[in-house]
Amino acid sequence: MHSPVYRGKGDRLFSILVVLILFAIFIIVLYPLLYTLSASFSDPLAVLNGRLWLLPVGWTLKAYGNVLDHPEIWVGYRNTLLYTSVALVFNIVLTILAAFPLSRRDFKGRGLLTGILVFTMFFDGGMITTYLVVHKLHLINTMWALVLPKAINTFNVIVTITFLRHTIPEEVYEAARVDGCSNTRMLLSIAIPLSKPILAVMVLFYAVEQWNSYFDALIYISKQQLFPLQLILRNILIAASASDMTTAADAGATQRMLDSEGIKYAVIILASLPMLILYPFVQRFFVNGVMIGSVKG
Amino acid sequence: MKWREYTKNYELYLMMALPLAYYAIFKYWPMYGVQIAFKNFNMAQGIWGSPWAGLKYFDKFFSYYNFGAILGNTIWISLYAIAVGFFFPIVLALLLDEIRNLHFKKLIQNVTYVPHFLSGVVVVGMLINFTSIRGGLFNKIIELFGGHPVNFMIESQYFKTMYVFSDLWQNMGWSAIIYLAALTGISPELNEAAVVDGASRFKRILHVKIPGLLPTIMILLILRVGHLFNIGFERILLMQNDANLSASDVIQTYIYRTGILQGDFSYSTAVSVFNSLANFIILIAANYLARKTSDSSLW
Repeated sequence: MHSPVYRGKGDRLFSILVVLILFAIFIIVLYPLLYTLSASFSDPLAVLNGRLWLLPVGWTLKAYGNVLDHPEIWVGYRNTLLYTSVALVFNIVLTILAAFPLSRRDFKGRGLLTGILVFTMFFDGGMITTYLVVHKLHLINTMWALVLPKAINTFNVIVTITFLRHTIPEEVYEAARVDGCSNTRMLLSIAIPLSKPILAVMVLFYAVEQWNSYFDALIYISKQQLFPLQLILRNILIAASASDMTTAADAGATQRMLDSEGIKYAVIILASLPMLILYPFVQRFFVNGVMIGSVKG
Repeated sequence: MKWREYTKNYELYLMMALPLAYYAIFKYWPMYGVQIAFKNFNMAQGIWGSPWAGLKYFDKFFSYYNFGAILGNTIWISLYAIAVGFFFPIVLALLLDEIRNLHFKKLIQNVTYVPHFLSGVVVVGMLINFTSIRGGLFNKIIELFGGHPVNFMIESQYFKTMYVFSDLWQNMGWSAIIYLAALTGISPELNEAAVVDGASRFKRILHVKIPGLLPTIMILLILRVGHLFNIGFERILLMQNDANLSASDVIQTYIYRTGILQGDFSYSTAVSVFNSLANFIILIAANYLARKTSDSSLW
């Protein structure tokens, strides 16, 4: 019954206003993204002189070529790929192991256990005492310092519990039990196959979180060869910006300065691409997966 | 026999073993460690063995000359971020819900989701590039209108606004998802009844859609307010520099500086305990207020 019944001038004016505001939001969000993309293909001097507005000025792939000369970027890329894949295995296995029992209504002690999990969403030991635990476990300067402390995100567990409850009725488990099916079989043959949509969404959530995080590496990792991509990026994009104001004395320094300017936009694109490519694959699960989990939760 | 109730599902307890071990080690062990806020902690004697110090470190924080400034920054940035970052996603969802052209709607949605997948480092990096006084986008636009370039990252009066609006840019579309989902849950009969009664589209938003969203809004607002003191400090830390510190130093960045960088574990934990307690009290107060004034609350 959503036929557009235009009931007079007011509604038509209102519709135009809605479209205009949305279009403005669209431009405000899109323009910085397009500008960054164009800048990565532009002559850095043109960007610095403010000649870039929308399309690349002085089209060049030089910035991407220069990235090749920075081995630390590729080490960071490789590290982040490794950390994200290892972390995902822990994230997904632990999340489903927590969510499946807690989604079962016949699981005694469910209320207490859920309480233990949810309490940590509102109260935690904080950055310092968590650091001391990681230190005590001798995880400093290892991959595990980035994987284990963030192995479970309680919010994701709750979303998964809610999804399981709404997708699999209790009768299914009862029928399976009558047929002599064990709880492990129920998890492997009923719950996991039916929760593919939510698992896809969890892969996206956890992957984005791990791929984009820098802070844990900042406090737990001091060896440069173990740095994840985001920490390398931080040094290139943010720490360096304070020092690039020095006036260039010779021609070589000017060129180096221009190269380091140009490379900034290129590394932004290279670092962001994997997660932006992942999203469309997961998107189709998104509506039925998260919607059920978050609205009813 | 009650015992049966537990044994028949013994596998479910086994499944929970690993997740519970995670919570014990990485969530509850740090909570146990919080006692070092009341002790003179040293690594050699450990959490349990270190001597008690009473409330010494709390006194030190409350009498720190910058205590007021740090607390003020934390509260102001947080309230500013809630006012802006909470309001706009609701508006965006309501606007998108008015659109009947599905292609246009999908286009807007997908474009506004993109920034959510960028990292904080990338967004702050873009912000630094855009605010640069040498060819930065913002200053180009200012010069276009005849203004003088401003070094936004250095001048502290712009810090809070830059933080709040870069966060809005990044998360507005994503935060709108939950409201869009809630809007589809409003019964169509209500809307049709309003049409029959001659309500304009704007009136329908005011009297049908916003009341329909209210439970979702209240729950999310309580949760957000309950984390009042835990603002996105990781991004603040990225934007922070010596020049803007007076506007950008918040409790969490102070904990990082005194605890991790200076190794003052007991003192920084005391600051952290203050932070957690303040959050907890505000959460309870917000929930109490919500329960008194509306039907929706967390408990």
